[in-house]
Amino acid sequence: MNAMNAMNDMNAMNAENTPPARGQGLSWAECSARERLAAFVDEGSFHEWLPPAARLSSPHLALLGVPAAFDDGVAIGRATLGGHAVFVAAQEGEFMGGGVGEVHGAKLTGLLQRALRDRPAAVLLLAESGGVRLHEANAGLIAVSEVMRAVLALRVAGIPVLALIGGANGCFGGMGIVAACCDRVILSDIGRHAMSGPEVIEASHGVDEFDARDRALVWRTTGGKHRWLCGDATALVEDDVAAFRAAALHWLAAPRALDLATLEVEHALLADRLQRCPPGAEAPPLWAALGVPDAARVPDLDADELRQRRPALDLIRQGGF
Amino acid sequence: MLWQDLCTALFGAEHAVQADGDFICGEARLDGRPITVFGSTNHAAVGVELALRQARVVLDTVAAHPGRPLLLLVDTQGQALRRRDELLGIHRAMAHLGSCVELARRQGHPVLGLVYDQALSGGFITSGLIADACDALPEAEIRVMRIPAMARVTKIAEDRLQALSADNPVFAPGVGNYVAMGGVRRLWDAQAPGGLAQALRDALADLPLQDERARLGAERGGRRLAASVIDRVLAAP
Repeated sequence: MNAMNAMNDMNAMNAENTPPARGQGLSWAECSARERLAAFVDEGSFHEWLPPAARLSSPHLALLGVPAAFDDGVAIGRATLGGHAVFVAAQEGEFMGGGVGEVHGAKLTGLLQRALRDRPAAVLLLAESGGVRLHEANAGLIAVSEVMRAVLALRVAGIPVLALIGGANGCFGGMGIVAACCDRVILSDIGRHAMSGPEVIEASHGVDEFDARDRALVWRTTGGKHRWLCGDATALVEDDVAAFRAAALHWLAAPRALDLATLEVEHALLADRLQRCPPGAEAPPLWAALGVPDAARVPDLDADELRQRRPALDLIRQGGF
Repeated sequence: MLWQDLCTALFGAEHAVQADGDFICGEARLDGRPITVFGSTNHAAVGVELALRQARVVLDTVAAHPGRPLLLLVDTQGQALRRRDELLGIHRAMAHLGSCVELARRQGHPVLGLVYDQALSGGFITSGLIADACDALPEAEIRVMRIPAMARVTKIAEDRLQALSADNPVFAPGVGNYVAMGGVRRLWDAQAPGGLAQALRDALADLPLQDERARLGAERGGRRLAASVIDRVLAAP
């Protein structure tokens, strides 16, 4: 628990004279996947499928002599959230950067396919991943595409899938695409959601293209505030488990249709952004072009102040997330 | 193979498929039946713009031509590695393309992917790998990364990776490995009776309605665990 959150916690208690919300004051980013999961769902409600005791680890890592994990870096199961029956998965960023290998991916696909069969109220993906695990590259790539198809199948069936992103490793690569296929994306202001990591882009096109050590640049290009302002996230929350929990509960029963009309709006939103975006790759001119007031000040604002500034574009209001 | 030669082999000279930069699109006919052909060429880096152009083709086909098959021609070096594309939300544009293909599938459009040249990582996930099935020409190249790059990233000696890849398709590039793992359904044989046109006819005739890749990977021995892990999750108490 960091000092500021602890203070908020106490203020909340004093102000309302009620016990703190579940997970309040607990940093989402600082939690391990299992800590996050345990504090996020209703207390004691997580029932894990293929737990570490099943010793299901990656045979490919073993062949390479790389340490494996008995859950292959992801915990899956059922739980309740505010009393609603949900399926959950939490990726562990500390293990292979949350990278998706054959077993890890199959656990996610199995969970999603089971949701199609058992129809829980929602599926919650506590995503933290660099994408395909390069140690088992080919299998990881196919696995990610299987996860993606399984998510889309749930969309079609009207079972909401929510991606929750706020871990230190962000959500990138194939998992970045998967999260963007979900019904809703809940992102913290310190979370990052993108495709290629800045290091990969710098390695490919040089430091002038993307200086991966410039943290401010990294966050205004891929961070939670930017994504939320552009309409790429449903909710922008503080780095706090209770905030994620509240947002997930709020959006739990709000699926996004996958039909022609919805996808036409999505298309219009993305095409409009591409057309509005001034030359270059800087965020503030794009924010200004989208109608964000005082765009230059955005990086200094906290999440609460920022929520007032989302552009009132019809496309962002109607569309997508 | 050049996309022009491929299209001529598939449809004769009468097709209307054209390239505009890295983007390929147009209508063709197989046995008189119209098909929407789209995809990329020049080992395209798929950025926001190219993803949206492809999505547009899918949406237009769904809106105007119910049930018409879609043939997705794959030649990509992967996603565009540009800061501007990240700023613009390339992950969302690629997810949108995938969602459009899913919509087409659900509306009864057969969707076939064909890797005719090169397929890499992010560009492949939202093209061939999102189709009902993805086939390939035997000379196609498919990978996430080459062995030397993989050795650098994983800090594992190149010769060791090379040796492991001799009998484990997970590690090494190659279209045959993707067949063994179920990611590619089958390779087309231009020398077989009927040539590539017959291969296309056959491919469209038996597209799976469900994602069969994990099962194929298990049957072919290239991806032994995925299907059984999925089954175990489905059966877990």
